Amino acid sequence: METEKLTFTGNESAALGAKLARVEVVATYPITPQSTIVENLSRFIANGELKAEIINAESEHAAISICIGASLSGARTFTATASQGLVLMHEMLHWAAGARTPIVMAVTNRALCVPWSLHADFQDAISQRDTGWIQFYCENNQEVLDTIIQAYKISEDKRVLLPSMVSLEGFILTHTVERVDVPKQKDVDEFLPPYKNEFFYIDPENPLAENVVVLPDWYMEYRYQQEVAMQNAKEVIDKVSKEYFDKIGRNWGGLIEAYMMEDAEVAVVTMGTIAGTARVAVREMRKKSGKKVGLIKVRCFRPFPVEEFKKFSSLKALAVIDRSYSFGCGGPLCTEVKSAFYNTEEKPLILGVVAGLGGRDVNVGDIINVLEKTIEVSKTGKVERETIWLNLKGEQLR
Amino acid sequence: MPSKPISIKDFPKDEFMVKGHTACPGCGMAIAVRQALKILGKNTVLAIPAGCIAGGSTTGPFPLSGFALPTVYCSFDETAAFLAGIETALKVKGLKEKFNVVGIAGDGGTADIGLQCLSGAVERGHKIIYICYDNEAYMNTGIQRSGTTPYGAWTTTTPVGSLRMFKQEPKKDMPQIMIAHKIPYVATASPAFPSDLAGKIKRAMEIGGPAYIHIHTPCPTGWRFPPEKTIEVARLAVLSGMWILYEVENGVFKLNVKISKRKPVKEYLSIQGRFRHLTAEDLEKIQKEVDENCKRVGM
Amino acid sequence: MTYFRQLILFGRGGMGVVTAAEILAEAVAQEGKYGQSLPFFGMERRGAPVRSFVRISSEPIWVRSEVTEPDYVIVVDQSLLTLLDVTRGLKTDGMLIVNSSEKPQILKEKLQLKFRVATVNATKIALEEIKVPIASTAMLGAFAKVTNEISLESIRKAVLTRLSGEIGQKNIRAIERAYKEVLF
Repeated sequence: METEKLTFTGNESAALGAKLARVEVVATYPITPQSTIVENLSRFIANGELKAEIINAESEHAAISICIGASLSGARTFTATASQGLVLMHEMLHWAAGARTPIVMAVTNRALCVPWSLHADFQDAISQRDTGWIQFYCENNQEVLDTIIQAYKISEDKRVLLPSMVSLEGFILTHTVERVDVPKQKDVDEFLPPYKNEFFYIDPENPLAENVVVLPDWYMEYRYQQEVAMQNAKEVIDKVSKEYFDKIGRNWGGLIEAYMMEDAEVAVVTMGTIAGTARVAVREMRKKSGKKVGLIKVRCFRPFPVEEFKKFSSLKALAVIDRSYSFGCGGPLCTEVKSAFYNTEEKPLILGVVAGLGGRDVNVGDIINVLEKTIEVSKTGKVERETIWLNLKGEQLR
Repeated sequence: MPSKPISIKDFPKDEFMVKGHTACPGCGMAIAVRQALKILGKNTVLAIPAGCIAGGSTTGPFPLSGFALPTVYCSFDETAAFLAGIETALKVKGLKEKFNVVGIAGDGGTADIGLQCLSGAVERGHKIIYICYDNEAYMNTGIQRSGTTPYGAWTTTTPVGSLRMFKQEPKKDMPQIMIAHKIPYVATASPAFPSDLAGKIKRAMEIGGPAYIHIHTPCPTGWRFPPEKTIEVARLAVLSGMWILYEVENGVFKLNVKISKRKPVKEYLSIQGRFRHLTAEDLEKIQKEVDENCKRVGM
Repeated sequence: MTYFRQLILFGRGGMGVVTAAEILAEAVAQEGKYGQSLPFFGMERRGAPVRSFVRISSEPIWVRSEVTEPDYVIVVDQSLLTLLDVTRGLKTDGMLIVNSSEKPQILKEKLQLKFRVATVNATKIALEEIKVPIASTAMLGAFAKVTNEISLESIRKAVLTRLSGEIGQKNIRAIERAYKEVLF
């Protein structure tokens, strides 16, 4: 009797998500640590498990352009990349969003050159935050599989029609094995109907032109439509989370997840796997010293959960842990969290923390230190340093 | 004036690809690059993109590098552009005569993602030497097919399975693409013929550039053969006519190694696990194509 | 009370360390518990030191950082014992399981190891059963016998989800032999 495989890597989970979503065209280019996503998809196709065309493009810029062509022509499209590959796509990411193509891309987050790194941080995906793509950041492999399936439903919703990127940290999730429950194809089919392109299509009886020149008299209205779509996405993301829970049985929250926040006075805000480690830190601190701490996990960075954050305006202090940085300014997540509170009457003190760049380990002890520092800030009422770079050689967390 | 082979005993003693690099045991690229750098010598500036030569063997981790030469580990898609920039700056500073400006990139970084800038740089006539080491796939990222993966090969993105999806498309002929650019010097080489390889590097240095040298570098890890057989595999490629050693200088063709009695391609293919699935019909197709190619060059 | 154990496997690239760690995580899942394996790579392909971190728990595992205080350390390549500090962070009552032809007591004295040590000649077993010196999977058999943390049957099942057919059976035989032959 054949034993059912119970554990999967993040990359396998992403490939399984794409397979269950019945993607039709995949165009990719190899880059560490994404390669096994494509290998798995190639294998599914070679074995007849997935009916799709896979194009091994000559570069990432070509890969995303192929995806746009395919999506405009009505195919459900998937791609995956990381790091230098994602930033090489940059020009076309704007294009894909402006063209309203519901492409879903797995980003196996990896730090950018220079210096050359193979390890995880969010600089690649975060630096694309202005391109108009919906952005999810996953905490574990199960969430990766579930989010890719959900992303198609969200992106293809008529009120949205925007591409999505689903982030999973390089090596920490991509190559890590853990238990993943793979939904049945039948259930996913009921959750996710086939893709029908209603805005641009190929029909000689009704020829349409995509991307004509638009003069100043109409350009702003196009951009505004895109923003309306992003705002609509907030509601759609919540709705899809609930539908997925009803059909498949798991709910990762909508735009954020509030963990132990009911009576929290101080919290840590973060994304991705650091959120998982933060859960343990919060639980330990509560158990050992009874301190009222909590975690706000940002699952969706674009659209940014502004309304969700406003609900926490009475918190005393927050520490925002960024796994990326905007030079000359601050951590992107921190900057946007601060901005969400700007117009509220009450607002928490906010401490920015930069951690885990280039794959540097962030452990439970680190997060406990950050929370202790945040508690201190909540008592003194003063933030002495806007941003702390965690565990830098030669510097102590002050 | 074609290249003159250099006897191994006359190779300079200095090493520029240093000991302690981390290439796989039996790596064909490491053998060929070591040979080439000995001839290029100390006054060489390198641009090295992603691939086995960098991520798989010489770059870091910090603070280490595997070349005893000034090196820029450049972006994957722009090796020739970096070379063009370096060459032009040296020219502007009056230093170009002193240095060889050399790029060493894999087949993926040359024939696929690096093709646009290579075409541009050689068309503009920059005095650069571009060396492509061809292990016939993206090996550093785990054996994915590239434009130079030969017909019939298994890779992780041309898997075999029940639908027999091994590579169906022919091998992209990079040397011919470079010849079509009408550049002064184009040559093919093999680490199993070091004297020929060395002579060609020397010729490229004498001409100044743009020069393109395409080296066939077997990969035990990706081609699936025991690591001690690398040179044997490289030699069999030439002896069977699957890899032809020639040079074209200013449009004049010279066949460097003429094999009078070619070995059947089956001998070269059967030693490699990546061709294990080929049927007699597939082998016949490959043999026919090789026969035609060899006839065309007078072999 | 949550059941929680951490391991580090040390080996070299190409020795199957990552696969062995994955098999162990799968075996844990097959027993109804939660397993996690995180590989740590440098950049090289073969021959370079490689570590895999494994966590075993009765509850879902949320943490994803490196293991710094393992309960067990498995060393697949003996040369790493003198090259790296493989016992750093190992709990005082922790156990070191080494692929070695030497008896535990001899190895302990030779390298002045303060921990409990178990040894098995996994390379010899692998060469005889699998015909290649990929010793990592065999080490799982030794781990099962010495620590009782996982059953042989779960490991067998897990192997077959990763290595099919003949290769799977050969690895299972190697694991079973290491289970019998480990000294501690």
